[in-house]
Amino acid sequence: MPALWIANARVIDPAARRDARGNVFVRDGRIVTSLSAAEKKQAQMIDGTGLVACPGLVDIHVHFREPGQTHKETIATGSRAAAAGGFTTVVCMPNTSPPADNAGTIQFIKDAVLRDAVVRVLPTGCITVGMKGQALAPIGSLRQAGVVAITDDGDCVQSNELMRRAAEYARMFGLPIMDHCQDQAMTKGAVMNEGIMSTRLGLSGWPNAAEDIIVSRNAILSAYTGAHIHLQHISSKLSVELIRRAKADGLRITAEATPHHITFTDRELAGYDTSFKMNPPLRTEEDRRAIVAGLRDGTIDCICTDHAPHTDYEKDREFDYAPNGIIGLETSLPATLEALYRKGKFKLSHVVDLMTRRPAAILGLQGGSLAEGVPADICLFDPDESWRYDSRNGFSKSGNSPWHGKTLRGRVKATLVGGRVVFDGAAIA
Amino acid sequence: MPWNRRHLLTVEDLSIAEIDQIHATAAVFKKQLQHSVKKLPALRGKTIVNFFLEPSTRTRMAFEMAAKRLSADVVSLDAASSSTQKGETLRDTAQNIQALNADLIVIRHSASGSPLYLSRILNIPVINAGDGSHEHPTQGLLDTFTMKEHLGSLAGRKVVILGDILFSRVARSNIHALTKMGAAVTLVGPSTLVPDWFTDFGVTVAHDLKTALADAEVVMLLRIQHERQAASHFPSLGEYTGMFGLNKTRASWLNPKAIIMHPGPINRGVEIDSDLADGSRSVILEQVSNGIAIRMAALYLCSGGQPELVEAG
Repeated sequence: MPALWIANARVIDPAARRDARGNVFVRDGRIVTSLSAAEKKQAQMIDGTGLVACPGLVDIHVHFREPGQTHKETIATGSRAAAAGGFTTVVCMPNTSPPADNAGTIQFIKDAVLRDAVVRVLPTGCITVGMKGQALAPIGSLRQAGVVAITDDGDCVQSNELMRRAAEYARMFGLPIMDHCQDQAMTKGAVMNEGIMSTRLGLSGWPNAAEDIIVSRNAILSAYTGAHIHLQHISSKLSVELIRRAKADGLRITAEATPHHITFTDRELAGYDTSFKMNPPLRTEEDRRAIVAGLRDGTIDCICTDHAPHTDYEKDREFDYAPNGIIGLETSLPATLEALYRKGKFKLSHVVDLMTRRPAAILGLQGGSLAEGVPADICLFDPDESWRYDSRNGFSKSGNSPWHGKTLRGRVKATLVGGRVVFDGAAIA
Repeated sequence: MPWNRRHLLTVEDLSIAEIDQIHATAAVFKKQLQHSVKKLPALRGKTIVNFFLEPSTRTRMAFEMAAKRLSADVVSLDAASSSTQKGETLRDTAQNIQALNADLIVIRHSASGSPLYLSRILNIPVINAGDGSHEHPTQGLLDTFTMKEHLGSLAGRKVVILGDILFSRVARSNIHALTKMGAAVTLVGPSTLVPDWFTDFGVTVAHDLKTALADAEVVMLLRIQHERQAASHFPSLGEYTGMFGLNKTRASWLNPKAIIMHPGPINRGVEIDSDLADGSRSVILEQVSNGIAIRMAALYLCSGGQPELVEAG
């Protein structure tokens, strides 16, 4: 493989506190600080003028639907959507069909990743057998099979006793638990945030309290067991405050927020558009602001998409009956730039940090850095380019996006995995 | 002013002028209904499909009778006999109805927002006959029509809606119509069924029956919808009746000329004493009769009829 030289880019490497114009050099698929004159002559040159070069983006919350729901997405298509969105490492949720609750299914996923994926795709395993919330899954053998965390994402473990034991047991392996925080008894039949909008629309409401209670539960169990519990897609103001308090107390709690929860509110539901239906639901402007504030002060650690593909015919129906979830990998960077960098006045390097180093750190993953010697996973993007997003012409197999048809600012121009260009700004290489 | 609306999906969307037009058109039709020959030729040759995915007595019959009085052909389809039982989606069923050359579709559905969804798919007019807990526009229009017959202008009138507001599409359509018409609306019931979020509609939310009923000129009772509620909204029907049921004593707190309304179906002895339901202040059956005229107006206007023509004829 010839050497590679990204020239004259704005290089942002949060781990090294680097944000300056310069070069990025790659030899043998790894980052190096310089190339010899001879190597430079032969190197593949990428002109980075006007572009940002940063570590490849990392998303620790995606759904690739394989095995079992490959009409929605596959590891092949999902990983291409990731590459097109600037992501080089993604972590898949285990709510496949069957659920990834045993080493065999994890091996199946790993085989598919080896065969089909164009970026690094890492599996998680279930906390409980069949994600039924009744008995612990074989967490030890899941660990040996290579999962990077355990989670029943989509189905929060309701039993405090079982969650306590899972936390205690997973701690033995240093395995983080990721939890979708939702008290199910309080959200039966709920399809959107509970409040003025659900009252107006006559839709069944999902109260903030149902998230806040489980966030508290998890903080308490983390304190009691010492386990690391990661709180997924935080959507409520009080939850942000509870996490702030837990972190101040030194608990091993981390948290994520999605681009949609920092962009939209439940006002978007006025027309019963199912591309705004997800779980947890879009909430109020007050909640949205609290999440942005949480990202600003570090209470919330990172951005994750919760990329959740569903086909047109599944989403195109009565609001009550449409499945939850939206895709997000191809819009995450521009949407996050809009919400945090443009509107929120975050530094560009801060936004990059929230999408690279910090999510990687939560699960102890390689990636999120441009340090010498690490695999050359790189995202090259134009922070200002405007473009119209057509979700039907994207790389994901599904098109269920609330950003469909919208003009976005910020566009990925190249994605490199291990020094190889996997996306060149237009096509998957 | 011409009528420009193809669909009747919500009262929230209607202007006060449009509400007045529907009421005026219904008034003309109501007069016609008192003649010995009740049939008008307005919709002759048109086919109207009543697509009811949820049980209904009054609304469905009123729409059928209204369509027949206007000389339309009516086809009725319900959930049990439609292909939705076989897994056909609402989109596909509706497109098939359109492909069968229907001219207008009346839909009732348990999922809020479904009529709006259909209106975006179909090229024919859609009339909402009740969607989930969202709206029941023809009910709101016939209720306010009935109130106007008794009280004249509703501006400044005190109207109390009592009962299960949270799950009630009737309440929402009435609230929108009444607030547009300038009435002072108070919602009363258990706090679990009348959350404070309703104040956003421009109404008063109350839980003390005596203050709420004092001097009210209209009290509208709503059925407790056991079928939509989780078990936790209130302790028992008995406690509900004890706290909020309308009985003689409580009715005496109303303005002496107040009317008692109910969209039906009524549960005698639960939300209302049987005597009051049948008493002289009750206009419950008038509401049902007015339901035909209002639905005639809705069908006529959404089919392209113009208000002036009715009045001229």
